[in-house]
Amino acid sequence: MSQHIISVRVENKFGVLARVAGLFSARGYNIDSLAVSKTEHDDISVMTIVVNGDDRILEQVKKQLNKLIDVIKVSDHAQSSSIQRELALIKLNCPAAKRGEILQLAELFKAEVADISLKTITFSIKGHTEKIDRFIELASPYGIKESMRTGLVSILKEKD
Amino acid sequence: MKIKGSQIIVESLIKENVEYLFGYPGGVVIPIFHELYHAPIKFVLSRHEQGAIHAADGYARASGRTGVVLATSGPGATNLITGIATAHLDSVPLVVLTGQVSTNMIGNDAFQEVDITGITRPISKHNYLVQDIKDLARIIKEAFYIASTGRPGPVLIDIPVDISNGMYDFEYPKEVSIRGYKPTYDGHPVQISKACRLIESSKKPIIYAGGGVVISNAAEELRELVKKTGIPVTTTLLGMGTYPETDPLSMEMLGMHGTYYANYAVHNSDLLIAIGARFDDRVTGKISDFIPNAKVIHIDIDPASVSKNVLVDIPIVGDCKKILKEMNKEIKAPKIEEWVNELKKVKEDNPLQYEMKEKGDIKPQYVVEQLYKLTEGKAIITTEVGQNQMWAAQFFKYTEPRTFISSGGLGTMGFGLPAAIGAQLARPDKRVIDIAGDGSIQMNIQELIVAAQHKLPIIIAILNNGFLGMVRQWQQLFWDKRYSHTCINFAPDFVKLAEAYGCVGIRVTEQKEVDAAIKKALSITDKPIIIDFKVCKEENVYPMVPAGKTIKETIMRELA
Repeated sequence: MSQHIISVRVENKFGVLARVAGLFSARGYNIDSLAVSKTEHDDISVMTIVVNGDDRILEQVKKQLNKLIDVIKVSDHAQSSSIQRELALIKLNCPAAKRGEILQLAELFKAEVADISLKTITFSIKGHTEKIDRFIELASPYGIKESMRTGLVSILKEKD
Repeated sequence: MKIKGSQIIVESLIKENVEYLFGYPGGVVIPIFHELYHAPIKFVLSRHEQGAIHAADGYARASGRTGVVLATSGPGATNLITGIATAHLDSVPLVVLTGQVSTNMIGNDAFQEVDITGITRPISKHNYLVQDIKDLARIIKEAFYIASTGRPGPVLIDIPVDISNGMYDFEYPKEVSIRGYKPTYDGHPVQISKACRLIESSKKPIIYAGGGVVISNAAEELRELVKKTGIPVTTTLLGMGTYPETDPLSMEMLGMHGTYYANYAVHNSDLLIAIGARFDDRVTGKISDFIPNAKVIHIDIDPASVSKNVLVDIPIVGDCKKILKEMNKEIKAPKIEEWVNELKKVKEDNPLQYEMKEKGDIKPQYVVEQLYKLTEGKAIITTEVGQNQMWAAQFFKYTEPRTFISSGGLGTMGFGLPAAIGAQLARPDKRVIDIAGDGSIQMNIQELIVAAQHKLPIIIAILNNGFLGMVRQWQQLFWDKRYSHTCINFAPDFVKLAEAYGCVGIRVTEQKEVDAAIKKALSITDKPIIIDFKVCKEENVYPMVPAGKTIKETIMRELA
């Protein structure tokens, strides 16, 4: 079992997401994260899929993805050869007395204050998966009321 | 000039040279049927949509052309599902048209609405929901292209009724351009040369040919390869007929109920040459013991089939026919006399056999053998699924492709009769025989009236043992003989049933009547004939490699 980041360029049409997701769900694979968006071409979308699984089975899934008529290109994004980012929104319990130390922690991670109320504070933080994981870990003693992440997006590094 | 959507559909089918359309009417497809009334397309009205799609499938397999089906929304569409899955697993080219409720009603739980594109997504090669009439002709063109090229398969087009009733200019596209779909046809020359060298240096090679050889019409090239190299051949269930089973180099079918010599040859080989086959579990048995000493060359058009179940040493992705042609240009014969002699001996010592008794019930294997003899092997055989299918595979010897038509991958009971209708329409010059069981035949028996209506002289040979025989066999061998709900001897009178449907019914209860009954059936040429062969109740199919077991655990015959 290992983590794979699969980038799939597809026709920007209805139903394509269901076809792609179906190949994973049919094998009982849970997708860890999924980000879908438009690309530089209006008629092409890109899906970045993060999934844990057996290498050989995922090799098979990639071949099956390539067989889908609406799939244009499938590529594997290794950590070393691609740039990866995700964004998280995290709402913390934050009484006035704790505000100072929480803001100090946020500053270390360059998390931005997105919203603030009498009892809570909401941060927006972007970056690598590991950085966001660590911020959540350190913020959790204050009490996380709600947290969500966009899913990873990944782009290949240019070779000179 | 603008024409109606329904006219665009029918005109497109005409442009695709559709000879037969199989289907069943319903509310939202009335506009299409309205246009079919005068169209130069022969419509075959089934009595259940499942019958229509299996008939289209049988037509496609017998002719090599694309089968076309039309059904209504809701239950019409869901009744097609088993047929779509059957065609998908056996790579049969079908274009399936379904009606859909009006676009503004979709998602509204409208009368006879189902999300058929959602339902068929994992069991079709591709599918479409037409949302704009301007896309209609292009989608039909693409559907025929996708269904019949690369690794073929079923493509469904769901057509809302307002699209059929809309108006648009008709221009049928001349070409198709789909950027995400570009099948590879030419094998890589370096891989082809590597494969040839490996074959030339092998000592114990065996060719394992599958349905892909039939689909790519490569039987001639396969025979040429064998002629040049002298390598023995085994085939899968769906590959039967690609190499003549009457030839000494034929090891016939391999797998769970394959011949002992085919399984012996594969297990002991040092090189397995897989051509258009996909290493199904019914072929390999316990995968770790399948080919302990062999390297593998795999020729297949579907890259996803390569190294799926068995790791391949030399993959060649492309069309079997083209690749075999290239190989035949450069290949030289390996030195394998010793191996060929060894296999000939194993074949002599372990023939397919069954115990003939002087008295008593008819042996089902004997019926199949006599069908083979009395048709001189020239018939097209369709089958149902179960013991009847395996005996039809073992005891009828196939010498030409597209003469054995059976649901291999999905194992669909009720396939044989409607498939026989499609096959007989495709090949009026051949006798078509459905080798059936008393269980399977009842699954689509309503299609008998379609065969009678079209005066098709299909022979339905029921091997009637009063059991769902294959499940009973497993219960006997592996489940303490607890025949739980597999006894079906509360059965219709098949002779009277034949007569009720305007067919001829013949009952055979003794071995000595078998030939006369077959001869009588063969003499009838204007209606279907049911022969109800009352066969041994508890006959088993042997040899048998139990599921997940190895060739060493083959059960050769009845254990005392």
